[in-house]
Amino acid sequence: MSPGSRAESLSPELQRISSRKPALLLRAGLLRAIREFFEARDFLEIETPILIGAPAPELHIDPVEAGGGYYLQTSPELCMKRLLAAGFDRIYQISRCFRKGERGKLHLPEFTMLEWYHAGIDYRELMQECKELLKFVSNACGSGGKIRFRDNEIDLEGHWEYVRVEEAFERWAPIPLAQALREGDFDIIMVEHIEPRLGKTTPSFIYDYPISMGSLARSVPHDRRFAERFEFYLGGLELANGFSELVDPVEQRSRFKKDLESRLAKGKSATPMPERFLGSLGSMPEAAGIALGVDRLVMVMGGLSYIDEAVAFTPEEIAD
Amino acid sequence: MYNASDLRKGLKILIDNEPYIITDFQFTKPGKGQALYRCRLKNMITGITFDRTYRSVDSFEQASLEQRVMQYLYRQDNEFCFMDVENYNQVFLSTEQVGDAKNFLTDNLEVEILFFGERAIGITLPNFVNLTVTHAEPWAKGDSVAGDSKPVTLETEYVLRVPPFIQENEKIVIDTRTGEYVTRVKG
Repeated sequence: MSPGSRAESLSPELQRISSRKPALLLRAGLLRAIREFFEARDFLEIETPILIGAPAPELHIDPVEAGGGYYLQTSPELCMKRLLAAGFDRIYQISRCFRKGERGKLHLPEFTMLEWYHAGIDYRELMQECKELLKFVSNACGSGGKIRFRDNEIDLEGHWEYVRVEEAFERWAPIPLAQALREGDFDIIMVEHIEPRLGKTTPSFIYDYPISMGSLARSVPHDRRFAERFEFYLGGLELANGFSELVDPVEQRSRFKKDLESRLAKGKSATPMPERFLGSLGSMPEAAGIALGVDRLVMVMGGLSYIDEAVAFTPEEIAD
Repeated sequence: MYNASDLRKGLKILIDNEPYIITDFQFTKPGKGQALYRCRLKNMITGITFDRTYRSVDSFEQASLEQRVMQYLYRQDNEFCFMDVENYNQVFLSTEQVGDAKNFLTDNLEVEILFFGERAIGITLPNFVNLTVTHAEPWAKGDSVAGDSKPVTLETEYVLRVPPFIQENEKIVIDTRTGEYVTRVKG
């Protein structure tokens, strides 16, 4: 029986879920295109465990505890880097990630992440690869490089914007970057003054984050106040976060330690130190890696206002 | 006390000792940054709105508000007088505070008045009220097609569109939430 023939007898909830069909078709098409893109570039698709013993310590990301000393992964980052250390040079993964308490118009506590790592390149080359991926999937999904999102048209074949974080503060923020960091206002200014201007009509990369905000990123060689980290914005939406990877186990341990201590100081729980990851890090080659939110990609490509419209079920629709 | 994670649309909080209602709310979290709660707040006394972003460490006092059943008595210039049906206390609301509700207020109508402490700050009408049509053009049978409507004036001087068969001095039911005609009062 075709779904249409029984539409009239569906409950309002099933009708709502049924109305997501075009978005779910788009989603499936995007996933196919992503795999095709990486396949053609000799990337290996891999799957790493979702249940892990030690997520990467992050001050502002709370993992979901799974019992028995395990956590649901907040990202597949550490496992994937151990694969890099083991000699896998080009890998990608599409997996579910979990972050406690994150729910909003653009946030789901369980979401789908595309993460890829490429040995031998740095964050600038990775931005290029990200750009090529976006163009490829957009063409594959029949939009011909033109995206309509929030009343704006974005042309992926046109101009792409690259702006340093410090420069973005000079241009758009009421106070300079150094002052914002000192006063703890970085995030608020980012959300109120900078994000709304990013990627609205052109795809935008914002890069060179303060070193305190790139826990797993390599520092900029000529200016150690900054990390070689970037965020990619499309249509005002933060779509991806990437960086040149830090491969120094001593430096990485000291950053993790600092983050774990800050968590405790804020009254948050601290997770175990990722010892196995740190033990592998010395063998990891120079590489760059990036995480891209697949649900948000569906939103932008499909012109959807809410992340809810990009998934089959929202967390509220599965809570009994 | 509320925490930032309790914030949501419709929540009433106290800022500088005045009650505010959250009319728009958005959870956000910039790349690996802290959770932020973007709110549009409306002052429940002045009606003025503003935007503010809160962090997870912020906390809020609850605005304690109370609804009391009161009767509408009369209007004098720009003030509307209401009386508590239990203790006969009288309070006044301004034209701005009454807003569109003035279109549906008839003498002795029971309404709910919102209090912030001892101060009356708002009004909630019953969802449906009966009002008398004071002016309507007569309906000539046959000269209209289905779906037609005509404007009529009610006893409160409110003008709305109704089906053409409604006549002067008839009572009709109005949905106060939309301001639209519902049906004729039977009998």
